[in-house]
Order: sequence, then structure tokens, then C-alpha cells
Amino acid sequence: MNVLDAVDAASLRKDLISFRPGDEIKIHVRVIEGNKSRIQLFQGLVIRRQGSGVRETFTIRKLAYGVGVERTFPVHTPVIEKYEMVRRGDVRRAKLYYLRDLRGKAAKIKEKRGVGGSFIVEDVPAFESVQEAVVPAPVVNEVEVSAPETAVVETPAPEAVVEATPEATPEA
Amino acid sequence: MSNTQSQSSAIKGILGKKLGMTQVFDANNKIVPVTVIEAGPCVITDIRTAERDGYTAIQLAFGAVDPRKVTKPVAGHFEKAGVTPRLEVAELRIADTSAYTVGQELRADVFAPGEIVDATGTSRGKGSAGVMKRHGFHGLGASHGVDRKHRMPGSIGNRTTPGRVFKGKKMMGRMGVERVTTQNLTVHSVDAAKSLILIKGAVPGATNSIVFIRSAAKKAISEHASSTTKAGA
Repeated sequence: MNVLDAVDAASLRKDLISFRPGDEIKIHVRVIEGNKSRIQLFQGLVIRRQGSGVRETFTIRKLAYGVGVERTFPVHTPVIEKYEMVRRGDVRRAKLYYLRDLRGKAAKIKEKRGVGGSFIVEDVPAFESVQEAVVPAPVVNEVEVSAPETAVVETPAPEAVVEATPEATPEA
Repeated sequence: MSNTQSQSSAIKGILGKKLGMTQVFDANNKIVPVTVIEAGPCVITDIRTAERDGYTAIQLAFGAVDPRKVTKPVAGHFEKAGVTPRLEVAELRIADTSAYTVGQELRADVFAPGEIVDATGTSRGKGSAGVMKRHGFHGLGASHGVDRKHRMPGSIGNRTTPGRVFKGKKMMGRMGVERVTTQNLTVHSVDAAKSLILIKGAVPGATNSIVFIRSAAKKAISEHASSTTKAGA
């Protein structure tokens, strides 16, 4: 596939931080409503990362008002304005599906202690500088946490997984 | 020259090599599956005229080939056009050939993003295939007493009358390695500097096989182009 690497290179992000399942990250998701674009924050645990190259995707999970919300994105998608590392988790699985059945203290993940007890965020200086150039002027940076349209929302009963529409998700 | 061609609505075509498939993000940040084609540079080796040949067309040639391995008649044909021998030759039927001259080069930028094209290639060989795979037969039941005949064609004819199997009866046999055209594909983007055309969707044939891209026979207007300009505005 070496021939296509040059084609793929244009789609790959240069400002990607290194993260893996178990890490808690915050993503800035660009949401376009009508002709207005705004940034939506989504902070949660990475429970899966699969694929490679331009096809790689990850799934991020959080609890919103007691309901599990999972969103899956291509790692290199331009929809994500910015990645932020919140804390690195110490896990021994690549796919953390077991978290879906756990609540509260049982769903806690140990924090990974790096060198000097702090986590390592890669490429931060480059990331900041690229970020300035990438942000388009008309983007309204109003930060508002609302239920995402593509999310899979779990009802408190962990078996039932339903596709959520923005109206159906508990926002209030 | 090729730039003016890409702006006109005339029938266009180019030979290329399929490099494989990947995905890219479009203007709306949606994933688009694309086939990457190394298109051209092609050279025009002949122009068919109504007086001499009974129809009008241009003949395109593409690909590097060792000149020693070209037969004398073929080498003579390329010599007549004043070009080095090429791997593959294809004809593009167009009504008006006045814009083309023998020896002229065509590059990937004959096509513009958003144009609708047909892609012709040689399908991958599947070897000897049964009727379910080859002709889409439904086979026999999975149960209800069917005994080891689940993928069989069933009956292939009647009885004493006609007393034979009709010609052309669909049966198992060699599948693939045939000329296949996929119609109405959209050109996603064109990189003239690298001679690449990205076509949305799948194109027939294996990676590294020769494909012929030409303006769609059944669709002239691009819906994609109008929608992207709307989104950009």
C-alpha cells in the first residue's frame, strides 16, 4: 500500500496526541448547525481504538446524567478541532467493553503514573501552533455540552443500547 | 490544451492504472471511499475519420513497455504516430476530433472534480465458480430434507421434450477476467501534478490493472458539483 501512503498523508492529522484505551481525553467537536459552526466539548474514557492509518477510529465513553454515551470518531477526522489529554489510565485490556456493565466506583480506572508522576503529552508545542492556523475565523467558540446526535446512549439498564436522536437524549 | 477540454462538455477519456482504494475526508468532513487511479499521461496515437474508417474516434495509448518486446506491426503503428511504444491502447468515440492531433498528450486534468464518469476494467478472476456466486442463483433450501445439494442449480431443463439442455443455460464455470464497466461514478478530486484521479466508489479490476475512464454515457450533469458549490457558498 506504499503507493497510496502519499494520498493518505494529506488526510492525516499532524497534531495528534498519543492516547490509548483507558485514557481520559477531552475532544473539541465541531458542530455545524445550519450555517453556524460551534465547538462542543466531549470528555470521556477511550474504550476502544481500532484500525490503522487514515481508517483508524476510536470510541469515547462518558456518563451523562447517569446514562452512558459513546461516540465513535475517525482518529484523523477534521471534525475534531482539538484533542486534550486529561489523565492516562492504567489498563490491561485493549477494548474496555467491561466498563459498560459497571457503575460508580467499580468503573474507576487507575491513573497511570509516568515519569515524575505526571502524564506525558506529546507534541504539545507543535500542536498549539498548528491549532492557531487551523481555527477558522467564523467559528463561534461557545462551549456547550449537549447530547450528540451520533451517540449510542445506554439506558440505565446496561443491556438495552438504543440509537439516540437529539430529542430523545436526556438533556435537562 | 487539456485545460480547455476539461471545461467543455465534450466526451473525454483517459487510460490509467488502478492503484487501490482508500478514504479521504470531503469538504463537509464526511468520509468518502475513493479509488486512486494513476491516469495518464496518455498520448494520441491515431485519429479515426469518417472518410477512412467510417467513424470518428481518437486512439489513446498509455503505460511504459520495453520497446524490444513490442511486435513489429505494433511498433510500426507507434512509429507512425511518432511516439515510443505503449502498453495499452484504447479508442474513444467522439463526434468532433478537430481538437486533437496525433502525438498530443492527455493528462489527468482532462477531468475535473465532480464530473460523472464510467470506468472500464478487467474484473478479477474468480476461477471456477458455482451458479450461486456466478449467476446469483438462490440455491436450494438449507433444510426441509435437502441433502448435500444446498448450492446446486436445481433443474436444468425439461424431459423428453426438448430432450436436451438449451444453449446458454447458466451453469457453473470460469468467472471473472472479463471487461466490466461501472457507470456513473463521481470524480472526487484530480491531482494533475501526480497524475492521480480519485474516483468515488469502486472501479472494476485488480490493483495495478489498466482502467479506462471516460465521460459517463448516461449522465452528463454532475449532481456532486452543484451540491459542493452550494455547500461552499
